[in-house]
Amino acid sequence: MANIGLYIELKEGVFKKSNRELLSLARKSGQPVHAVLFCPDVQPYLEELKGIQTVIQVQGADLTYQPDRYARTLAAVIQEFKLDIVCGIFSAQGKDLFPRLAAKAKASLVNDCLAVDLDNRKAIKPVYSGKLLAEYQIDAGTALFTIRPNVIAVETTTATKAPEIKTVALDNGELQTKIISVEKSASQKIDLTEAEIIVSGGRAMKGKENFAILEDLAKVLNGGLGASRAAVDAEYASADMQVGQTGKVVNPKLYIACGISGAIQHFVGMKTSKIIVAVNKDPEAPIFKKADYGIVGDLFTIVPLLKEEFKKVLS
Amino acid sequence: MNIYACIKQVPDTEASILIKDGKSINEAAIKWIVSPHDEYAIEEALKLKEKILGSTLTAVCLGPERVQNALRTALAMGADRAVHVESSVALDSQNTARALAQVIRADKEFGVIFMGKQAIDDDAYQLHILLAEELAIPVATNVMAFSFDGGKVRVEREIDEGAREVIEMAVPCVVAAAKGLNTPRYASMMGIMKAKKIEIKKTPLAETGVDEAQNKVRLLKLSAPAEKPQGRVISGEAADAVCELVRLLREEAKVI
Repeated sequence: MANIGLYIELKEGVFKKSNRELLSLARKSGQPVHAVLFCPDVQPYLEELKGIQTVIQVQGADLTYQPDRYARTLAAVIQEFKLDIVCGIFSAQGKDLFPRLAAKAKASLVNDCLAVDLDNRKAIKPVYSGKLLAEYQIDAGTALFTIRPNVIAVETTTATKAPEIKTVALDNGELQTKIISVEKSASQKIDLTEAEIIVSGGRAMKGKENFAILEDLAKVLNGGLGASRAAVDAEYASADMQVGQTGKVVNPKLYIACGISGAIQHFVGMKTSKIIVAVNKDPEAPIFKKADYGIVGDLFTIVPLLKEEFKKVLS
Repeated sequence: MNIYACIKQVPDTEASILIKDGKSINEAAIKWIVSPHDEYAIEEALKLKEKILGSTLTAVCLGPERVQNALRTALAMGADRAVHVESSVALDSQNTARALAQVIRADKEFGVIFMGKQAIDDDAYQLHILLAEELAIPVATNVMAFSFDGGKVRVEREIDEGAREVIEMAVPCVVAAAKGLNTPRYASMMGIMKAKKIEIKKTPLAETGVDEAQNKVRLLKLSAPAEKPQGRVISGEAADAVCELVRLLREEAKVI
């Protein structure tokens, strides 16, 4: 029997939807599951956490994310609750926190997993930007896995048993790496790495101002807005919007590529999308070989039509 | 300040990657490059070196003999020294961190250590943090803005939705670079000529006390992901094609 720990990520108190993937994976293992939440009150989350053994609530005067504090607290939780495996989301915070935890807890980590076999402590993750898949095994010690959002099927549980709630205190030691502020972007953007729908633009957008039509389409679909490297390098879009090898790796259920030729370096950043749609003027563009559906045409005509059509069917 | 840039040599972004024996790749036709995020690291390190008079930049790379080319690239861009940690075996991130920490500690008193947030071969996303923890110094990852003032490092790192965390750290520290931090310079002809004359310091892996047998994350096998079947192009007038596409997304693909 192995004790499975889950780091449940809350974003300003909101339960991230990818946590449900972690819970689905852990519940399926049949092992005792312990979920760790840094929050002043666990009540709002208990409905989501039904059927697991323990909820470990981390309490403290200031629970704002500070990597050193969180990592040391989790390392102490691993010891106290004898956790053999801990899983988290491969999110911006997960990428920062889990390697720190690995070092502090003398554990081993595999990031960005597409599948995890908890019984055998094995995981499959993309390597070479997704050109290959690697299967890793962690033989001894505590095993840590972060899981790419949108890869594990979420299953609703029929369990009704409420977990036992235990509390631990936040580590209040020295901060070496100190977050002094968080600057939010002016517009409420949807996080690309966890988005279910993404609309992306390439060099054929021809200018920064033209991204407005993609933004309109994304808004109708409640999706995120991305860009190819060519568009970012031409300064049509900001670096945080870049999808691809040197940008973000995304995994939505629908990816709409507009005016993107489909260079390998872009493709590896979005190839695991469930459905890829391409809109491009050039019928020879490589993106059509990789897309599930394509329309050959001028994006400045097609995109507004798409927006209207989606609006119609979604209303 | 003794500034460091830890870099990795990886296959070119355009390279096709073929599996050799289930656990390694066929290196025969591969063109090797400095991992793109490490180029941002080198550039930022050079900018810091130019800001603090009397600084030196040392590039460090672990790997087989071929990685000396990556070090030559760093030297040609403007690094002063290069250290090659000679290893022909594949180490996991923890062991790589231990080896690099040993080498850097033994080399000189270190200031800021720059590296990429990930290498685009194993995409492990952890070496920079493990190295910092090994050296017991602070670290920030996914850094898109860097400044050094009054003995302190201040960085901005991207978190979700384009929001940025502002982080302060004392020196020494590790800074892991992401795209957006800077535009890496090209090596000048003079830089390339100069780089050829600099002797690369070599440290055999054995001297670090780290070996492959200590790997805790074990690679079982490599496989090629399933290829997507060829999709279809929807023809017809723009308005009709759009209607058909939306219908297919709803009824066939069931994604909206």
